[in-house]
Amino acid sequence: MKKMIGTGTKAVATAVKCANVDVVPGYPITPQTSIMEYISEMCDSGEMNAKFIPVEGEHSAMAAAVAASATGARVFTASSSQGLLYMHEVLHMAAGGRMPIVMVNVNRGVFAPWILYADHSDTMAQRDTGWLQLHCASIQEIFNTTLQAFYIAEKVNIPTMVCFDGFTLSHCTMAFDVPTQKQINQFLPARDVDWFLDVKHPSSFSNISSVDAYVDLRKQLHEDTLKAIDVVKEAASRYSDITGMCNGDTIECYRMEDAETVVFAMGSLADELHLSIDRLRANGMKVGLLRLRLFRPFPKEDIMAVLPENSKVVVIDKAYAYGTDGGALYQELKSALYGERSDVEIYDKVMGIGGQDVTWETMADAISETVEG
Amino acid sequence: MNKKTVKSFRPISWPTKGASAKTGKWRTMRPVIDKEKCIACRICYIYCPEATITPEIEIDYEYCKGCGVCAHECPKKAISMENEVH
Repeated sequence: MKKMIGTGTKAVATAVKCANVDVVPGYPITPQTSIMEYISEMCDSGEMNAKFIPVEGEHSAMAAAVAASATGARVFTASSSQGLLYMHEVLHMAAGGRMPIVMVNVNRGVFAPWILYADHSDTMAQRDTGWLQLHCASIQEIFNTTLQAFYIAEKVNIPTMVCFDGFTLSHCTMAFDVPTQKQINQFLPARDVDWFLDVKHPSSFSNISSVDAYVDLRKQLHEDTLKAIDVVKEAASRYSDITGMCNGDTIECYRMEDAETVVFAMGSLADELHLSIDRLRANGMKVGLLRLRLFRPFPKEDIMAVLPENSKVVVIDKAYAYGTDGGALYQELKSALYGERSDVEIYDKVMGIGGQDVTWETMADAISETVEG
Repeated sequence: MNKKTVKSFRPISWPTKGASAKTGKWRTMRPVIDKEKCIACRICYIYCPEATITPEIEIDYEYCKGCGVCAHECPKKAISMENEVH
């Protein structure tokens, strides 16, 4: 184990190097750019033994990633905001083709108008592409989750997106621990390939299919996505056994003992919320934090297991679900609990849109105002 | 790579006749060869994008999509495109 000091993007690049990735197609976009810069430098200097493909746009980046993954390679790419939206079509190809690609999305709002700072509208727009989505709240977690994502993606053969907030985490410098290469190799063995594009045994993928075959493939993708919940947990406990670092699982709880109010959030705001919870607790409010790490598949059972009876849940959302009665995460939670937990009251607060600075004090005030009405 | 161990959830196809289903059902126009006019030059056989015309100038109607390239290329106008009734 060694200590490094670096930004969120440096943590990603380090994890990608440690993961023995074979191919990295990349295109720069703020605030993800420095991930591609670090990786291309390492490929150039020979520090990283991977093929870096500088493509002409994000649609091509994901197309190259799918093609490389189909040859059996371990593939990584990264994007943000408009870049992710431009990839959208090929994201379906990656998931339907069952390519275990890992992509980091550094969250950033989308146009119009242009915005450089973080909210979750870019990843929420990819909700139904079939990709798994993990959301991080610290630089150490970014490092750990990027490594775990390869394990998860390759175990279920579903591409996996690791998301974290632009600038707040991508450009903020913190110390993080890096396990030894031996530990990482033990955690993440070489990709187990049951099929690849092979000139000796010609085959093609994503050819036109019959309706019956299409129905079966889609059903299988849906079922395998749900199975990924257990694989995420398995990856977390395996990583913790080998490295001693405990970052993983589908949710993270903070001061949930005897909580009557639960704050539900994702990403960097959820980290800041620790301070809000402490302050509200000091003021006598029985409040806890439930941070969602795994957005897709949605870990409904895990959430229901920790939500206290008759509790009030305040969702802090970093993206709108236009035309509904609130934010994207709020809709997800309501739909998961509908018909299962009528004892729980759910409120929504959309905050931090387009990188709007939200402090722990603002959130603490919003929580008490929402609950006390 | 062993074909038998490839997992069933993958959208994979192996080289075989009609890997994507019987595409003849897509046809709205049917190419019909007039054997009287045909000089067996095999231009239609060369141009057919779906390889549904044999060197003996027989059309495989199970897979011919009716694109009409053969009729267009025939130097003797020996292939006519007729309305298809499935």
